[in-house]
Amino acid sequence: MTSQNEVDDMIKRIQASKGVQGLIIIDSDGIPIRTSMDNDTTLHYAALISQLTIHAKRVVRELDSSQELEQLRLRSHKHEIIVAPESKYIMIVVQVPEAL
Amino acid sequence: MDIQHVYTKKRSEFGRQVIFTDRAVESIADIPPNPDLSREYISRNPVELAIQNVREFSEHWVNTVRFETENRGINHVEGGWPKDINPLEPDQTSRFRKKTEKEDGFTRSMLSLGNLVEHTIKQNNIVDIYENYFQNLEPDVVEEAPYAKTVNIYRDPHKTRRAANHISWYADGARKLAVSYCNLEFQSGTNDSFIDSYIWDTENPTKPDLHLKPISPLVCIEFNPKDTHQLVGGCYNGQVCIFDTRKGSTAVEQSLIENSHRDPAYKTVWLQSKSGTEFFSASTDGKILWWDTKKLSEPVETLILDIEKKGRLENALGAMSLEYESTIPTKFMVGTEQGRIISCNRKGKNDAEKIGNVFPGHWGPVYALQRHPNFLKNFLSVGDWTVRIWSEEMRDDCIMWTKPSVHALTDGQWSPTRSSIFFTTKMDGTLDVWDILFKQNEPTLSIQVVDEPLHCLRVEEPHGRLVACGSQNGTVTLVELSDNLCVQGKSEKALVNGMFDRETRRAKILEARGRARRDARGKSAHGEKTEKATTDGATLESELKEADPIEKAEKDFWKIVDEEKRKRDRKAALAGEKAAAEAGETTQAEEAAPATAETTE
Repeated sequence: MTSQNEVDDMIKRIQASKGVQGLIIIDSDGIPIRTSMDNDTTLHYAALISQLTIHAKRVVRELDSSQELEQLRLRSHKHEIIVAPESKYIMIVVQVPEAL
Repeated sequence: MDIQHVYTKKRSEFGRQVIFTDRAVESIADIPPNPDLSREYISRNPVELAIQNVREFSEHWVNTVRFETENRGINHVEGGWPKDINPLEPDQTSRFRKKTEKEDGFTRSMLSLGNLVEHTIKQNNIVDIYENYFQNLEPDVVEEAPYAKTVNIYRDPHKTRRAANHISWYADGARKLAVSYCNLEFQSGTNDSFIDSYIWDTENPTKPDLHLKPISPLVCIEFNPKDTHQLVGGCYNGQVCIFDTRKGSTAVEQSLIENSHRDPAYKTVWLQSKSGTEFFSASTDGKILWWDTKKLSEPVETLILDIEKKGRLENALGAMSLEYESTIPTKFMVGTEQGRIISCNRKGKNDAEKIGNVFPGHWGPVYALQRHPNFLKNFLSVGDWTVRIWSEEMRDDCIMWTKPSVHALTDGQWSPTRSSIFFTTKMDGTLDVWDILFKQNEPTLSIQVVDEPLHCLRVEEPHGRLVACGSQNGTVTLVELSDNLCVQGKSEKALVNGMFDRETRRAKILEARGRARRDARGKSAHGEKTEKATTDGATLESELKEADPIEKAEKDFWKIVDEEKRKRDRKAALAGEKAAAEAGETTQAEEAAPATAETTE
């Protein structure tokens, strides 16, 4: 249970950080486990990002088989999408950097 | 040695078989080498020669076969859930979620991922890592060879062969092109020729965006700069019609055929007016008609192009091209079929006042006429085999012109962004880019766009980067130009202005001199008048009389060469004296030299 609380705490901390617009946790099938955004947006992000992550993982693997994808950052004009993949879960954070 | 050989032959012997005989070899001329001439030359030592051993490359552009694309949409629904869970039931999904959260690896991976992501977020909040440091610096002008490449080719989907004879860009950005197709060959029209014209979307070369169905083939088409959905078209039978892209393919309005032109309406141009509904059209029947789109039953005004200003239609010159600049709303220029260029003023009360200067023009129809976008006094005209640049101040002659080319020129236009560049199309299918500051005797870049004659060209307005050319087969090609043909340098405008001024002054001086000579020849009694004329010419000429740099350079060159020769002769003389004195020592010096060479090594 404590570990559960830790996870909840951490998720709350991330959501409270400056500029963070949303957080999604999806599993390897693309099913959103935890999300702070509305359902449609979540599904949209989940579907698109999971496919992108698969491709990105393959890129890193093929270029150097000892490396693995650690983090993927997509910067657009309005915000930045940070994707942190693992073997079974992917964490997606959408942030508007305050430094601008 | 005689260059010619004269012989006589009897008429009866013409056509006889020729009998050849051998002859001994005879030396006709023998020019021995003259060693004295070698003293005019100085041997060069050291000689610099650059060699490079590189593999030879060649670059080649290829266009692949066009493939047809279509746009379709797919509807996504939620998915990814395992088979036994119905995604629409919230408690099933939440149960699944809770189960996943309780799995072993979940907490661990979440914590590690969370740390990583937090670090990134904090980093983003501190520093903008995507900042572009040098955004405000102007890019350095890189001197690279100008190039142009074909971006897209729009082929007439219909089988009949018609020439694309006028192109107009969509007024609001470069997304659409209106092209008018018409078979202008004399008496070649068959009754079943297709008369539609198209509006193409630049992204879709397979199918035109819209078909425009006029009553008679369109010879000219123009988007309305004020209302981007309206187009005006001049028809082959002389009528003009208005299209509206929102209202379908047929013409919304059509002028009455009795009040229209009697020949194809070759050019229609929108006028600058408050309502944005006025335009005027020109045709080879000698009339210029002003229209208002609200009432196309008859023209608002008529002008007959009789340069003798008597308003006689039989004497009128046929108009082929129009020039209208929206910043000078009352004046316009007409290029005629007979080659003259007439500058007119709309505000005249009758025809005689409307027609202004007549420039001599070309030896054939003037196909294109355009004022320079930055220097409104100068304009270019394209006709016969040359392009001529005129100044409004010089009525008798153009100030600059190109060398006559092998193929006839069909269309021309100034570049909207660079002051010194203009484009022309030729009958052999080439698009020429001329840069008058760079090279004046030939085009800076000449691209073979298609193999058949190109009939029209239009540069995309605000950026000047894309050029659309229409060919005789109805193929419209979109060409993109390199940066150095679109981006203007800092001093370019001033340089071009200076060039136009210089050429205008030169033309004026020539004219003044010509006049002075004519006066001197004809009226030698009126001494004062001729003197005044010559002094005028002299003052103009003295303005141009700078120290002639070519003569100066030549004098310097020969001075240097003579000095070198003298130095060499002096050295030779000294060496000759020394050689006699040191004849004995030379052999010793030679032996000593290799020994010293070894020790130094």
